[in-house]
Amino acid sequence: MTPAPHDITIVEAAARLRAGSLTAEALTEAALARIAATDGTLGSFITVTADAARAAARAADRALRTGTAASPLAGIPVAVKDVIATAGVQTTAGSRILEGFVPPYDATVAARLKAAGAVIVGKANCDEFAMGSSNENSAYGPARNPWDPTRVPGGSSGGSATAVAGGQALASLGTDTGGSIRLPASYCGLVGMKPTYGRVSRYGVVAYASSLDQVGPFARTVRDCALVLGTIAGHDPRDSTSVDRPVPAFDAALAAGAAGLRIGVPREYFTDGMQPDVEGAVRAAVDTLAGAGAAVREVSLPHSEYAVACYYVLATAEASSNLARYDGVRYGIRRAGDEGLLAMYRKTRAAGFGAEVKRRIMLGTYALSAGYYDAYYLKAQKVRTLIRRDFDRAFADVDVLATPVAPTTAFRLGEKTADPLQMYLVDVFTNPASLAGLPAIVVPCGRDAAGLPIGLQIVGPPFGEEAVLRAAQAFEDATDWHRARPPELGGRA
Amino acid sequence: MKISPADVHHVALLARLALTPEEEASMTTTLDAILTYVEKLNALDTSGVEPTAHIVDLETPWREDRVTSEPAAEALMANAPARDGNLFRVPKIIE
Repeated sequence: MTPAPHDITIVEAAARLRAGSLTAEALTEAALARIAATDGTLGSFITVTADAARAAARAADRALRTGTAASPLAGIPVAVKDVIATAGVQTTAGSRILEGFVPPYDATVAARLKAAGAVIVGKANCDEFAMGSSNENSAYGPARNPWDPTRVPGGSSGGSATAVAGGQALASLGTDTGGSIRLPASYCGLVGMKPTYGRVSRYGVVAYASSLDQVGPFARTVRDCALVLGTIAGHDPRDSTSVDRPVPAFDAALAAGAAGLRIGVPREYFTDGMQPDVEGAVRAAVDTLAGAGAAVREVSLPHSEYAVACYYVLATAEASSNLARYDGVRYGIRRAGDEGLLAMYRKTRAAGFGAEVKRRIMLGTYALSAGYYDAYYLKAQKVRTLIRRDFDRAFADVDVLATPVAPTTAFRLGEKTADPLQMYLVDVFTNPASLAGLPAIVVPCGRDAAGLPIGLQIVGPPFGEEAVLRAAQAFEDATDWHRARPPELGGRA
Repeated sequence: MKISPADVHHVALLARLALTPEEEASMTTTLDAILTYVEKLNALDTSGVEPTAHIVDLETPWREDRVTSEPAAEALMANAPARDGNLFRVPKIIE
């Protein structure tokens, strides 16, 4: 019998596909059926690629039968965030300005998934141009949290999270600039990882903030996450910011266990205004790791409180530059008239961009403009140095850091849309690792009184994915949170 | 006020955005609140601190100036809102 996508991991599916007790075609049909049945509510997908998925599944089955399917991702249904270019398939970045845009090429990460035989079932919904923490900024409608559809799944990679948490795919790719993988992973009870900056190619990924953007996986288990990461990671000559370092066998790092692991808990991350059961769950998770043999100590990252301000200057400045290309000339929508070229630019962008994108472009343009560059952009770059130094000092004494992911569990749709600053402050625990370019994973570590998932963040030193994965696996081995499912998928409330 | 309506009007022009008067007013309020929050960076003494322009120590990678792929022009023109053969057609610049 074909398992439902949420009842099987990549590792289990790969074994059954090779044993012949499961076909990629059947697993893909199960995913597509689930999408058809649930996506009206979940809103995970902007584009579903059913025909291409079926063709990829048949190709994977042929490779599996002939023993030529080398990757464990062969035949596995996955979703890809709609900021990632897929040749011949609409790629919108969640924006009206790219409605109907069809890239003539694959992003490197998409090409690597395809080369591994993965079955891309569709393009996942996201906040417009990856700007947001709730997936409420998509021009294609919100995504909704499978644990409670009146609540947000987090953002900006909301659809990538809901596709996996909602049982529509076994894994997905998102992007994380200030927390856009980690936050949805936490709100949706998944494993989600942002690699070290430069570990994964950004070629073909719609740029939001070029010094911060990274592609990363969502999955149900740490091992599945490591498999996807291993598939997409590695130097790419087409991305000049991709680092030429060998990619370790990430799954080899998983077995090390927590004994002897030194874990730092930054005191500044337990702030006033945190939901008490979130703090409780995270502290209990750290105790679990201690019980598994880790040595835990408190550390200090004194510049933590400046990270949100620093991020929202740098990211918006970079975005204002990156989004200058959406001008109605070469691709995307155009609003011409007879008032000339400048008017075309202004009207096209006014019509094509949503309110949050306009806000961030304005903020970034201001921060870079004559007379303000030193006070804002240059200042923020210096604060970024201070934030990075905090981490460097901490990692002299510990192997990884353990922190909360967000101050609360998933909030309700509409709850934070009136005040943009309130939305920005959701990023308080994720912005720092982004600014420092560090690898960070989120694993589910509890549920609140309303049954909503709580995540634990583990941050490592630069290119320290192995230590991060090791800690995450040790935690998963000692707990059952990764087995939980939303009530509508048969889980207990 | 950290930012005036005149600033917003000017920045909107720099950003090539056409904002309605209502949007400009709302943008002024919102940007003012965000810029006020961002002021907290000034509490930090950053004298002598090097700015981080890029978080990874990278040198610009170089390669030979050699054509290695030639995508068909049609593929690149296919998304054009207005074209004239292999040229993108745009309104004229009006002074």
